[in-house]
This record gives sequence, C-alpha cells and structure tokens, in this order.
Amino acid sequence: MLLVIVDHDGDTLTEAGREALTFGRTLAERMGVELEAAAIGAAGSGVAEDAGRHGAATVHHATHELLTDYGPDAFGSVVAQMVADLEPDAVLASGTDRGNEFMAHAAARLDAPFVANCRDAVPGEPWSLTRVQWGGSLLEDCTLTAEVPLLTCGLHAVVATPGDEQEPEMEEFHAVLDPADVVTMVRDRVVMEAGVTLPTAPVVCGGGRGVGSADGFAPLEELAALLGGRVGCSRAVTNLGWRPHSDQVGQTGTRIAPEIYIASGISGAIQHWVGAMASKHILAINTDPEANMVVKADWAVIGDLHEVVPAIIAEVSARRAS
Amino acid sequence: MRILCCVKRVPAPGARINVTEDGLAVDAAHLGFTTSPHEECAVEGAVELAERHGGDVTVLTLGSGDAGEQLRYAISVGATHGVLVDAGQDDWDPQRTAAALAEAISELETEAPFDLILFGNESADSGGFQVGIRVARALGRPMVQGIKGIEVSGDGTGEGSVTARREIDGGFEVYELPRPCVLGVKEGLNLPRYPTMKGRLASKKVEILERSSSAAAGGQQRVRLHRPEETVSETVILGHGPEAAPAVVDVLSELGVL
Repeated sequence: MLLVIVDHDGDTLTEAGREALTFGRTLAERMGVELEAAAIGAAGSGVAEDAGRHGAATVHHATHELLTDYGPDAFGSVVAQMVADLEPDAVLASGTDRGNEFMAHAAARLDAPFVANCRDAVPGEPWSLTRVQWGGSLLEDCTLTAEVPLLTCGLHAVVATPGDEQEPEMEEFHAVLDPADVVTMVRDRVVMEAGVTLPTAPVVCGGGRGVGSADGFAPLEELAALLGGRVGCSRAVTNLGWRPHSDQVGQTGTRIAPEIYIASGISGAIQHWVGAMASKHILAINTDPEANMVVKADWAVIGDLHEVVPAIIAEVSARRAS
Repeated sequence: MRILCCVKRVPAPGARINVTEDGLAVDAAHLGFTTSPHEECAVEGAVELAERHGGDVTVLTLGSGDAGEQLRYAISVGATHGVLVDAGQDDWDPQRTAAALAEAISELETEAPFDLILFGNESADSGGFQVGIRVARALGRPMVQGIKGIEVSGDGTGEGSVTARREIDGGFEVYELPRPCVLGVKEGLNLPRYPTMKGRLASKKVEILERSSSAAAGGQQRVRLHRPEETVSETVILGHGPEAAPAVVDVLSELGVL
C-alpha cells in the first residue's frame, strides 16, 4: 500500500494535498499497490470525500488530545507510527514547508532516508527518483535504497486531477503521543493581512534593482492597487533594504503564480526566476532587450520603467473612465 | 550565550546554471562561491544575539577544504570560531552529512551544550530539507524550521526558552522552545551586515579547527544533475517606451485582470 499523508485545512484538502494524491495514483499504479490516504489532526468528512474523489480507497485519520494544532515533531511521530503499524510500502506527502518538515522528522525518528520534492518516482531495487534542486532550476536524478521509501512530491510537480471516485472509509488511527512530542507545537497565530497576499495575488507588479530606490516603488504600488494585485521584488531589492523580505519573489522568498507577472527593471537571475516561473503570463519592462527576464517573458516593453509604468497607469485609468 | 551556526558553501549562480560533463556537480568554473542565503541570515542572527546577550558564535561547515572561505567570511562579520568537517570534493547525502555534523557538535559540546543551534531552512543547491532536523533528533533537542524571528528569554544562557516566529501566508505562527534547541531559519530573519576591514583582518588570523568523519553513506545516491526542459517562448515586443502603454493595457484586458 502507498500511504499519502494529505495536506488539509480541516474541511477539505488543500491544492497541495490533491496534487500529492494525483502524484500518488501514478506511483501506486507503478508499484502495483493500493492507494490510501492519511489525515493528521482534526478533519471532517469533507476531507475524506475530497480524498476519495482523488482516488484514495481508505482515509486513516490520526487524532490525539495533544494534537490541537500543527507540530512538526508530533506530526513526524504520527507518520513514524503509521509506518510501523500500517506497514505501507512507501509514504508520500506534499513538498510544502510543513510536508517536508514532518517527513524529515519521521525519517529522523526511523533513521531512514527521505527524499524531498520529487518530480518523478519509479519503484524498483533501488528506486529511481527525479527531484528538484536549486529551487527548480536544476533537476537531480538519484537512486533510493530504503525499506520504506519516504518522499514528498514537489509543489506543482503534477496538476491535481480527480481519479476513479471512491467512497473511502474513515479509519481512526490512534496515535500515541506524550508531552515531549508536542513541545514544538504552534503556540500562537498572528494574522498580518487580510485579503490578497503575494502567493495568491492574480497580478504581481515586481520591481528589481532598476527601480532605483525605495521611493521608486510608488508607481508599482499604484499599478498593483489599480489591478487588485500586490508588489513583489527581487532579492537585490531586499538586500538593499528598499522593500521588506516578505515582498521578495524567488528561491529564498515567495513562489508566486499570478495570472500575470509584470516584472519591471528585473534582470531575471536564477534566484528570482524560480520564484516567478509558475506565473501564467509574464510581461517584462526593461531597458535591456537581452535581459533574461525579457527573453523568458511572453510580452516585453523595451524602455525605462519610470516612464512606462506611469503611462500604463494613465492608460488603465483613462479606459476605466471612458 | 553560546551559539552554533551550520553553513554550506554553494556556487553563486547568475542567470543560468551549468552542469559538469559527468553530470554529478554544478560546473562552477565561471562562478564564485557564497554561503547559502538562509545561512547567511543564520550567522547574522547568531551574531546579533551574542552582541545583545554576550557570548560567542561558532560556525561549522561540512565540505571541501575550500569551505574554509565561508567560515572566515562568517568570522569577518562577527563569529568567533570556525570548524570544518572535511568531506572532500563530493556532495554528501543528507543522512551522512547529518551524522557527521552531529558527531562534530557532540565533540564541541564536551563542557556544555550550545544554547542555540541555527541551520538554514534548506541549502540553496541540493535543498534536502532535513539535515538540521536529523541533527536535532540525534542531539535530542526540539527543532522548528522556517523561522524568521527569534527572541530568547533572560540572557539566553542555560535553562529558559526561545520564541520563534514562522512566516505563513498572511501572517505567522509562534513557537516556544525550551533551551537548548535548534532552529532552521529563512532569509528575511534580518539583513546580513557586510564585513568590516577589522573583521576581515581578524578572520585571517583565526585558526580553523579541521576534523574528519567516518559517517556512513545513507540511502540516497546521486546519478546525475540536469536542467529541466525549457519551454522556449517567443517574446512579443509590445513596443518601446511609454508609447507601448495601450498595447500593455490591451493584454491586461485580454487576460481579464483589468
């Protein structure tokens, strides 16, 4: 059996959870085994139904009075217990911050290998995997020798699609936890902003070194506000202190996936590109027609962003007024 | 406060990453080297804590002898000691790396444990997302990843707690860990300082402690590195300068984002 630990919000699966089941269906078929899902923490029947729609025949539901929130060590302990008690042939989770974290905890507890962010997995002796390096600008083919392979699939490695609809049984998994396992549980949550955030914005107006200063971002702010989007920036900009790090798009910042990314004065170094490459469309504004960002964009305007962006703002306003 | 920072030497790529002929490594012939970005912030965070509460910062790396360059850089921005576990030219798998680091840390802790150990959330190159967690487990200490804010109780030494903030979409989670503990930090924790001339000179004089490890290989073995297939798209030039604005707005309109 292939066990997929699904990411969920209590009511339904997250997109990352659906992707993991989609990835898992292909893998289970290759392994010639059943696909089963596991949800850790409070989860309603919607989670099981969603998992069923994506091909899971059974949903194991791990609960414990100490499992009141997310805790990396507690989740890792539950996964390690599932490996021992449910005896899966392999375990897969989503390559989210959390998924990679608790799978590494499980692997450390089991003293077993763990391979993060796989794009492809072929079972065998040994297993052959393709995984993400450098945030996605390189791929690594590797082999894995393990009693029970522990993997995560990279975000967007597959597009989530429903499978043969199942009506899965929700089977309670009685995890054993003691207070030491929940030392690292979330103690508090602080909500910083409501509404559209950088990872979810339909439009991102990004600025790079070419913006020239912190004040130079004002037109980008204006354009983003007009289009219901958010401002993003390159690593060079956060290193210069022009914008907070939470605005950074890149390997060490945020991965964006807007309908359109308008990249102004950004050369398009690898570090930035891997954070922007999931954008559905890219428009580059740059004085250099050879800039990497221009070459990779769908559309480009060659020119000074300080002239082009205000002209776009004026045109948007004019069309809305007419 | 005694703080340990684990760092990794990685190539500093620009617009493109090339792979060596045998496919086993990044072709660094035309690239400089740097410290993995999350770990640069780990070093800065450690130095700031030591400045505020007193104490010192040890930097530890596993890599080729050349990784001494990254240890000296950390010392030039305020770390005190540097320790290098010589792994030769090969990139060790995560289990082997973690075992060697845990072994080295135990030897550095003969008198007392480090109050805090910092890792980068993941290395910029291999991105295995696990070495810090394995080391924490081996040392029997609590560990949380993705940290962008750290505060310590008291003077940071001995018993007490560490409050750590982790950024999530639209806010953050707060964790409270008893010391000694381990954190995996992310860029954005701070803005790393540049070395001073005095720091650079001091870093040249510090003796780097070198050691070896006989840690066994783990279950993951590299076959080759390669670039993902690129979808070559033809860039449509909408125009030059501000005159291109109507064409841009046409595109926005077509996409339905107007």
